[in-house]
Amino acid sequence: MIAHLPILPLLIPMLGGLLMLLPPFNGNEKYQYRRVASLTLMLIQVACAIWLIQTVTQNGPLMYAVGDWQPPFGIILYADQLSAMLIALTSFLGLGVTLYSFAGTDREGKYYQPLIQFQLLGIYGAFLTNDLFNLFVFFEVLLIASYTLLIHGPGKQKTAANVHYVILNLIGSSLFLIALGTLYGTTGTLNITDMSQRITTLPEDQAIIAQAGGSLLLVVFGLKAAMLPLHFWLPRTYAAASAPVAALFAIMTKVGVYCIFRVYTVIFGEQAGDLANMVEPWVWPLAILSIAIGTIGALASPNLRTLAGNLVVVSIGTLLIAFALRTPEATAAGLLYLVHSTLITGALFLIADMIGKQRGKAFDRFVVARKIKQQSVLGILFFVAALSVAGLPPFSGFLGKLMVLQAAVVPAERVWVWSLILLSSLMTIIALSRAGTTLFWRYAPNSDPDETTNISNWQLSGTILLLVASPAIVIFGDGMVHYTNEAAMQLHDVNSVVEIMNLEEAP
Amino acid sequence: MELSEFMSLFWITAIMLLGVTVPLVTERFGRTANTVFTMLPPAIALAYIASLIPTVLAGNVITESLEWIPAVGLTLSMRLDGLALMFAILILGIGLLIILYARYYLSEREAAGRFFAYLLLFMTAMLSIVLSNNVLQLWMAWEVTSISSFLLISFWSSKSESRKGARMALTVTGAGGLALLAGLLIIADIAGSYELGAILASGDAIRDHALYPIALILVLLGAFTKSAQFPFHFWLPHAMAAPTPVSAYLHSATMVKAGIFLLARFYPILSGTELWFLIVTMTGLITLLLGAYVALFKHDLKGLLAYSTVSHLGLIVLLLGLDTELATVAALFHIMNHAVFKASLFMAAGIIDHESGTRDMRKLNGLWRYMPYTATLAMVAAASMAGVPLFNGFLSKEMFFAESLHQETLGFLSWMIPVLATLAGVFAVAYSLRFIHDVFFNGEPVNLPKIPHEPPRYMKIPVEVLVALCLLVGIFPAFMIGSLLEAAATSVLMKELPYYSLAIWHGFNIPLLMSVIAIVGGVLVYTYRRHLYSFQAQFKETDAKLVFEGVMQKIVAFSAKFDEGLNNGSLQRYVALLLLFTIVITAIPLINLDVAAAHLPDQPVTFVEIVAGVILCLSAIATVIYHRKRMIALITLSVVGLIVSVAFARFSAPDLALTQLAVEVVTVILLMLALYFLPQKTIAESSPSRVVRDLGIAAAVGGVVATINYAFITQPLDSISEFFLANSKTGGGGTNAVNVILVDFRGLDTLGEILVLGIAAFGIFKLLTGVKLAMPTANYKGIPWSEDRHPPILTVISQSLLPLALLVSFYIFLRGHNMPGGGFIAGLITSVALIQQYIAHGVDWIKPRLKVNYQSLIAWGVLIATFTGIGSWFFGRPFMTTWFDYFDIPFIGEIELASALVFDLGVYLTVVGATLLILASLGKLTSVHRPVAEE
Repeated sequence: MIAHLPILPLLIPMLGGLLMLLPPFNGNEKYQYRRVASLTLMLIQVACAIWLIQTVTQNGPLMYAVGDWQPPFGIILYADQLSAMLIALTSFLGLGVTLYSFAGTDREGKYYQPLIQFQLLGIYGAFLTNDLFNLFVFFEVLLIASYTLLIHGPGKQKTAANVHYVILNLIGSSLFLIALGTLYGTTGTLNITDMSQRITTLPEDQAIIAQAGGSLLLVVFGLKAAMLPLHFWLPRTYAAASAPVAALFAIMTKVGVYCIFRVYTVIFGEQAGDLANMVEPWVWPLAILSIAIGTIGALASPNLRTLAGNLVVVSIGTLLIAFALRTPEATAAGLLYLVHSTLITGALFLIADMIGKQRGKAFDRFVVARKIKQQSVLGILFFVAALSVAGLPPFSGFLGKLMVLQAAVVPAERVWVWSLILLSSLMTIIALSRAGTTLFWRYAPNSDPDETTNISNWQLSGTILLLVASPAIVIFGDGMVHYTNEAAMQLHDVNSVVEIMNLEEAP
Repeated sequence: MELSEFMSLFWITAIMLLGVTVPLVTERFGRTANTVFTMLPPAIALAYIASLIPTVLAGNVITESLEWIPAVGLTLSMRLDGLALMFAILILGIGLLIILYARYYLSEREAAGRFFAYLLLFMTAMLSIVLSNNVLQLWMAWEVTSISSFLLISFWSSKSESRKGARMALTVTGAGGLALLAGLLIIADIAGSYELGAILASGDAIRDHALYPIALILVLLGAFTKSAQFPFHFWLPHAMAAPTPVSAYLHSATMVKAGIFLLARFYPILSGTELWFLIVTMTGLITLLLGAYVALFKHDLKGLLAYSTVSHLGLIVLLLGLDTELATVAALFHIMNHAVFKASLFMAAGIIDHESGTRDMRKLNGLWRYMPYTATLAMVAAASMAGVPLFNGFLSKEMFFAESLHQETLGFLSWMIPVLATLAGVFAVAYSLRFIHDVFFNGEPVNLPKIPHEPPRYMKIPVEVLVALCLLVGIFPAFMIGSLLEAAATSVLMKELPYYSLAIWHGFNIPLLMSVIAIVGGVLVYTYRRHLYSFQAQFKETDAKLVFEGVMQKIVAFSAKFDEGLNNGSLQRYVALLLLFTIVITAIPLINLDVAAAHLPDQPVTFVEIVAGVILCLSAIATVIYHRKRMIALITLSVVGLIVSVAFARFSAPDLALTQLAVEVVTVILLMLALYFLPQKTIAESSPSRVVRDLGIAAAVGGVVATINYAFITQPLDSISEFFLANSKTGGGGTNAVNVILVDFRGLDTLGEILVLGIAAFGIFKLLTGVKLAMPTANYKGIPWSEDRHPPILTVISQSLLPLALLVSFYIFLRGHNMPGGGFIAGLITSVALIQQYIAHGVDWIKPRLKVNYQSLIAWGVLIATFTGIGSWFFGRPFMTTWFDYFDIPFIGEIELASALVFDLGVYLTVVGATLLILASLGKLTSVHRPVAEE
C-alpha cells in the first residue's frame, strides 16, 4: 500500500463519493448511512494525510507515475512536504465541515455528501499533481463540485451568486486552456518540473510567448485565489453559500495561492533565466491592493459572513506578499499563515451561521435583533476566531503575521509590508470589535431567546475542531515553523525534484 | 526541599493561567468562597515572588528560559530584576486587594465568576509583561492586556457607554500595540536577538543605528497609547465606564503603568538622546498640565480621578524624559506612590458611589456626617495625591520638583520646566481639595438616590491597607521601600546609583518652596474656582467618545461607499475587469515579440478552407448580433460548431471531429430544452458607450489570443508528442494514438473529466429539484404550440432507428482503440438515440420501458473506470497501468483484449448516464416525473 500512498488521497474520496451514490447509501431516508460513511471517509482521509506527511518527512518527496509512464511523458503525482501539508489541512477542514453538516445541512438537498467528497478530491488532486494539464482537470473537478455545492440548501440568492461565480470561472477555465496550449506549444511538455528545465533553453521569441502563457496563468490562479482585481465574486458567493460549504471554500482560494507558489517558484522561479520571477512585479501591487481593498470591504461589511469573506481577501493579499518576497523564509511564513487562515476563516463562517440562527430574521446582520440564546458558548467561539483572524496573540494569526513581517528584510519592502499588514490588522480589530459588540451585546430588550433552538453538538464539535487549531499552531509552533521551513526549502529546491524525476537537467 | 528550588518563575505564569479557570469553577460555592479561591493563585504567586526578594535585592537578576519557537525568536523567557520585582509586587498586591474589594462591590446578580476570570487573565498578562525576558513574549502579553481590558471595561455590556469605551480603549491601545511590535522588531533586528538581556546590552548599537528614530517613535507610540499620554489620553476617561474595581486596578497599578514600564524597561537602550528627551519630556509635560487642569472641571468623581491619573502618568513620563539619573529614581518612586494612593482613591470613590448611588459631585455634598470613616481614608489618600507632607506622594513630588530645576537641555527655556511643574502642582492640590471638600463637606447632599452609610466592614480593608501604606511610606520612606527602589533603579539605570536620600526633610530649599507655592496656590485656585469655571464654560465641551465614534462612523461610511462603488454587483463589470487584466498582463510581453522572426513555412490554403473560414467568422458574428433572438443565435452557433468539426476532420483529427459533432448535437438539444423555459422578455440593452467598450475589450482579447496562437503554432516545437506516437502501439496496444492518450497515457485526466461530467449531471439535477414550471402554451410570438406532441412518423422512425444507433455506438466503442471512436463518442451516440425516444414518445411512455437509474449508471461508470485503474495494483504496477494481449479465437481470428477497454466502458456508461440525467431531468420538468427535493 505504501507504494501507492500518493494516490490514496484521490482514490478514497473518489470511491467513497461514488459508493454513496449507490445502494445501500443512496436514497432520502438513508442519510444516517451516508453520515456514518462520510465520517469514516473523513477520518480515513485525515489518517492517510498524516501518514503521507510522516512518510515524506522521513523519506523525502514521493513520486507516483500514473500508468507507469515515466516523466516527462506520463502524469506524475508528486507529494512533497508542501503537498502533504495542504492535503492534511484540507482533510482536517473537511472533517470539521462534515461534522458541522450533520446538524442538518446535509439533508437540505441531494447528493451533499458525495459532492463534498468530489470537492475534496479535486482539491487534493490540485495539490498533488505535477502536471499542468492534470492540474486543469482537477481544477475542473473542484470547480464543478463547487458550482453544485453552492446551490445546496434553501435560498434564491444562492443561484444568483452562483451565476456570477460560474461565468467568471468558465472564463477562467478557457484562459487556463489557452495558457496551457501556449506553454505546451513553446516548451513541448506538461510536466511542471520538466517545463522548469525546458523554459531556460527557449530561444528569445519562444520565451516571450511562454511569458505570455505564464502571465495568463496568473489570471487563472488569481481568479481562483480572489486576488485583486479578480476578487469580486468572493464576498457575495461565500455569504450566499450554506455555512459548511462556505467553510470548505476557505481552502479553495488557497488552491489558487498554492498554484501561484508552485508554478512561479518551480517554472518561472529564479532559475528560469530571462523569465525568472516574471510575475513578481505584478503580484506586489496586487497583493498590496488586495489587503487594502479587502480591509475596506471588511469595514464596510453589513453582516458577519461578508466580513469573513472580505477577511479572506485580506488573507490572500498577505499570502501573496509572502509570495512576492521570493525567499524560502517568506514562503515558509506564507505556508504557516495559509494553514492558520484556512482553518480560522472556515470556522468564522460556521460561527456566523450559528450566531445567525439564534438571532432570528436579522441573521448575522449588524443590527439590533433578538438576543443570542447561547451567548457564552458562541461568544467564546467568536472571540477566539476574531482574535486569531485579527492576528492578536496568543492565537495563530499572530504567529503567521509575525513571520511574514520578519521575512520582509529589504528596507523598501519592509516599509510597505509592515505598514500595510499592521494597519490592516488594526482595521480588522476595529471591524471585528464593532461586529462582536453589536451581535452579542446590542439586542432588543423585549426579545425572548428561549424561542430559538440550541446549537447542535455536531455544529459545536465541527467548529471547535477547526478553532482548536489556532492555539495548537502556536503551542506547537516550533514543529509547525520547522515543518513549513522544510516545505519551503523543498519547494524552492527545483534541482532536487529534477533528480528525483530523473529528468534532463537544463545546461 | 526548599520552595525556591522547586519553584520556577514559569510557575507564576502557569499558576496564574490555570487560576483563570478557578473563579469559574468555584462560582457555585457562593460569593465568599469564590472570592477566597480566586485570591489563591495571585497569593501563591506573590508569596513566591516575596521569597525571591532577598535574592533580587542583593543585586541578582533571575532569568530562566525555555525554547518555544526559536526559529522566529520566540522563547519562553523570564526575568526578575529590581524593576520587574517592583511591578510584580504592585500588580499582585493591589490585585489581591481589588479582588477582595470587588467581592462587595459587585451586586449579587452579577456574574462574579466571569468578572474574576477576566481580572485574573488581565493580571496574568500584566505579570507576563513585567517578567518577560523576550520582547516577542512581552509583546504577546502586552496585547493580551489590551484584549482582557476590553473584556473588563465592557463588563456591563448592555450599557452603550461601556461598549464604546471598551472599543475605544481597544482601538487606541491596539494601534499602539501594533506600532510597538514594529518597533520591537527593528530593535531586535539591530541587536540581533529577541532576548531582553542581549538587547539591553546593545544600547549603543541601537542608539547609533540609522533606524533608531523610527524604532524610538514606534516604541513610544506603544507606550504613550497605553499610558494615555497626550494626544492619546482620551480613551482613559471613557474606560471609566467599567466597574470601579476595574478602574481602580487598570488605572493605578496596571494597564496604564504598562506603558511606563515599557519606557523604564527600554530606558537603557533608548534614552540618552536629544530625540528621546524632546519627545518624552514634551509629551509628559503637556499631559501633566492638561490632565491636572481638566481634572479640576470634572463633576464625576471617577472622571476627576481619571484625569488626575492622566496627569500623574504625564509626570512620570516627564521624569523619565528628563534623562537624569535622579529623575529616573524619582519616576520609579512615583510609580509606586501613585499606584497606592490612586487605587485607594478609586476604591473610596467606588464606596461613595455604591453607598450613595451617584458619583456626581454636584449632588454629593456633606458626606462626612454619613461616612466619616471612609472620608478619613479618602482624605489621607487625597492628601497624598496633592503632595502634602507626611504622605508618600509628597516625597516623589519633591524629588520631581528638585529634578525639574536641573534642566539645561532646553537652553534658555529651561526655566519653564520648574514653573510649569509648579503650575501642575497647583492644579493637583486644587482638584484634590475639591475631591475632599465638595464630597465630604460643602453643605448638604442634593437628591441622592440612596441615603449614604458606611460600607460593609471588609470592603474597607483594601482601602485601609493602601492608606496605611501611604502614611508609612510617607513617614519612613527609606525603611519601607528604600531597598526595593534601589534595586529597581539599578536595573533601569544599569549602573551605580547616584546619591539620593529618601527623607521628608531636606532643609529649606527651592523644591520645598515650590511645594508650598503649589499648596497655597491650589487652595487659592479652589477657593476662587468659580471664576475659572465661568472662564472654562466659554468653551464647548467635546465628548471624546462622540468624536471617536464619529471618526469610526466616518471610516465605516467611507468604506461602505467605496466598497459599493467598486463592488456594485454587476457581472459585466467583473468580467470586463477580468478581461482587461488579461489583456494587460499578456499583451505587455507580446510587445517585444518579433513576429517576423524565423518560423515554420505557411501551409497552403485551399479555396474550400477559405470559404469554411469565412462561414465560421460570419456565423460567430451572427451569433453575437442575434443573441436576443435565441433560436437564430442557436442555429448560427451550431454552424460554428459544425465548421469546427469539419476543420478537425480536414486537419487529420477524426476523433475530435466525431466528438465535436456528437457534443454539438447533445448541446443543441440541451439548449433547446433550456430555451423553452427561459422568460420571453429580454432585459434592457447596454448603452451605446457600453457596447463600444465591450466590443473593444472583446476585440482586444481575441487579438491577443490569436496573436499568441499564431506565434506558437508557427514556431518549431520539440515536444513529448513524439513519444506518444511512437509508443501508442507498443506501449498502449492501440494504433489510435488519440484514444490511447485518453485511456492510457493520460487516463487519469479522462477519469477526472468523466467525473466532472457526472458531477455536472448531478448538479443540474440538484438545481432542478423542486423547480416547478408551468408548460408554456404558446411561443414568444403567441403562436400556440402544436397539440400533436408525439407525431407518429417521428415515433416510428426513431423507434426503428434505435437498434441501429445502438449498434453503431457499439461498433464505434469497440474499434476506438485502433480507429477513430471510443467510449466517449459511443456514449454520446447512445444518448442521442435514447433522447430521441424521449422526444418522440414522451416521458410517460419511456418511464415504464427504460428502467435505468441514470444516477447509478454514472456512479457505476466512474467506479468501473476507477477499479480498472486499481486493478493494476494486483500486478504490482502503479494505478492505471494498462495491460493488453492478443488472442487467437477460432472463427473470429486474432483479437486484442485490453484493460483499457474496460476503462472505456466506464467512460461510456458515465457519458450515457450523465447526458440522459441532464436531458431527461430538463425534459421532465413540466411532467409529474420532475426531480423532487430530498426532504
